[in-house]
Amino acid sequence: MMGSLLSAGIAQADISDGVIKIGYLADMSGTYRDLAGPGGLDALKMAVEDFGGSVNGMPIEVLSADDRNSADVGANTVRGWIDQQNVDMVAGLVASSVSIAVTRILAEQDTLGIVSGSAASSITNEHCTPNHVHWVYDTYPLAHGTAKAIVDEGGDSWFLLTADYAFGHALEGDVEKVVTENGGSIVGKVRHPFPTSDFSSYILQAQGSGAKIVGLANAGADTVNALTTASQFGVVQSGQSLAGLLIFLNDVHALGLEVAQGLQLTTGWYWDLNDETRAWSQRYYERNARMPTMVQAGIYSSTLHYLNAVAATGSDDTATVRAKMGETPVNDMFANNGTIRADGRMVHDMYLVKVKTPAESQGEWDVYDVIRTIPGAEAYRPLADSQCELVKG
Amino acid sequence: MTMILGIPLMVLFGQLMLGLINGAFYALLSLGLAVIFGLLRIINFAHGAQYMLGAFAALLGAQYLGLNYWAALIVVPLVVGALGIVVERFLLRRIQHLDHLYGLLLTFGLALILEGTLVNLFGVSGSSYPIPEALSGGFKLSFMFLPTYRAWVLVAALVVCFGVWFLIERTRLGAYLRAGTENPELVQAFGINVPLMVSLTYGLGVALAAFAGVLAAPLYPVSPTMGSSLLIVVFAVVVIGGMGSILGAILTGLAMGLIEGLTKVFYPEAANTVIFVVMVMVLMLRPAGLFGKEA
Repeated sequence: MMGSLLSAGIAQADISDGVIKIGYLADMSGTYRDLAGPGGLDALKMAVEDFGGSVNGMPIEVLSADDRNSADVGANTVRGWIDQQNVDMVAGLVASSVSIAVTRILAEQDTLGIVSGSAASSITNEHCTPNHVHWVYDTYPLAHGTAKAIVDEGGDSWFLLTADYAFGHALEGDVEKVVTENGGSIVGKVRHPFPTSDFSSYILQAQGSGAKIVGLANAGADTVNALTTASQFGVVQSGQSLAGLLIFLNDVHALGLEVAQGLQLTTGWYWDLNDETRAWSQRYYERNARMPTMVQAGIYSSTLHYLNAVAATGSDDTATVRAKMGETPVNDMFANNGTIRADGRMVHDMYLVKVKTPAESQGEWDVYDVIRTIPGAEAYRPLADSQCELVKG
Repeated sequence: MTMILGIPLMVLFGQLMLGLINGAFYALLSLGLAVIFGLLRIINFAHGAQYMLGAFAALLGAQYLGLNYWAALIVVPLVVGALGIVVERFLLRRIQHLDHLYGLLLTFGLALILEGTLVNLFGVSGSSYPIPEALSGGFKLSFMFLPTYRAWVLVAALVVCFGVWFLIERTRLGAYLRAGTENPELVQAFGINVPLMVSLTYGLGVALAAFAGVLAAPLYPVSPTMGSSLLIVVFAVVVIGGMGSILGAILTGLAMGLIEGLTKVFYPEAANTVIFVVMVMVLMLRPAGLFGKEA
């Protein structure tokens, strides 16, 4: 009796203020709502519930806020959380601009963050910090996975439609490099304003270019609009193929298979990969009436990994927990032997998939055929090419 | 091949055609705003949300009631227009005697409530609405592939624009409307029910937005946020044309579609801003807009 009280007392001392607080920051109402948003918050809560609601007898509390895709709003929210609420870990983090701003605050305040929704590979490259981990995907495997596979199959001339802001430029650069390094060529490109609702003019330019592949270096509503327009203009019927470089499950669902069929894309996870992913997704579906995106699944996985590290070390100290997370492989329904590198990148297998035809699909969410698993080591930027200060030493 | 500024002439024709189609669509949306402002002096910030509601009504009608596209083109504007009349009768009329800004704030609030509610119910990704069978496919022109549906949008929008212009500028009913807004007491003295005409006019403006929404449903994913991005452009068109000028809205809509289309070819990065650049220039030279009357 005395012994257990004593050990509880020690654990209490190591976990500051006797409670683990997780802050979920994401776009809850705007463009990225469906890929993370309230569904991501629920995935996080599922992880807390599955963990039992407490760590070593300490309760786990979840806070959430809408960042409205504004770096200022996100940074101020997180600063407030750390200063006034003693938040131990910040999860979610979708728009890359918000993530980069927030990770700076996390580094200043020595608090941990797990980025699940952002695309920019710079988050673990030039913007890396010892305080954050990037979990689900980034632009590097998107470009290398999809573009390389398509060039290998003979799609060697490309026309690129690029969203005219940092994310689009980064993705465009990565794709150009992969295409030309593998023997292909970029025959034309157009940078469209973000956001754009009418893509007809750009699609006409792509058709006129004679390129075999029309690559979409944009995301979300822009990609959905571009694909819808391409379908109306008979791009595929006239012999060109489309390559979506960042497409989420909710985008394909919104487009419908009639429009999206045949599209190749790279994803970090899919609900219908195996029995384990299906079982978890079914539970998620029952609570949210939608199948989870890779981001929502990643939020669940990363939260569990974090809680396991807190339980194992009996501490909420950032460096201690981050070190434990790094030395423990990630094995759950999201990743198989995933590893967190020194630069904060969680390296795991990615999947090259092809969107099914309406005839092949068995149900509303049965949309992908997995063509190839891209091993993590091949998918992500090698550490040798990293500009991260933590790696360069 | 003949080139203009490095662009083949044939390609340019294609882009001008698309610009014209978009322009007709802008004209249709601006027209509703111009009718409402011109006759009622209400700056209808809910116009984008009412356009979105038109597209949503077509989508939900098809999913739950089996409403086909052609029926939706007629039924949806009537239903959404009727909702507009309710809004006018119970909300806008109460603030009629106040400054125009109150109308703007009220309709803006309504738009936010509508959009927020639908985001919570349906998410933001949107859903696709199929192109009706009779309008699928396209024409192979010498300079481009023109989807049949886009050609239909051009024709439908122009016909409706002309019809509304004719109704307001050339018929007796239109004359009553114009007179009723100039001098309500006098027109009322002639035995004409001015409040009813005001309600019907607001309903007509809203129905035009909903009609544009049904036309747009097969073109863009139907999403709760589809109206808010267009609204600002459409307001710019109305301001350039001259607030409240029916003809100004139609002609400016077409012209802005063409200018935007050309910008997409020569300097695509500026395509979203070119209309606002034109707006600033017009406001500096002609503060009442191209077709507006100086106050």
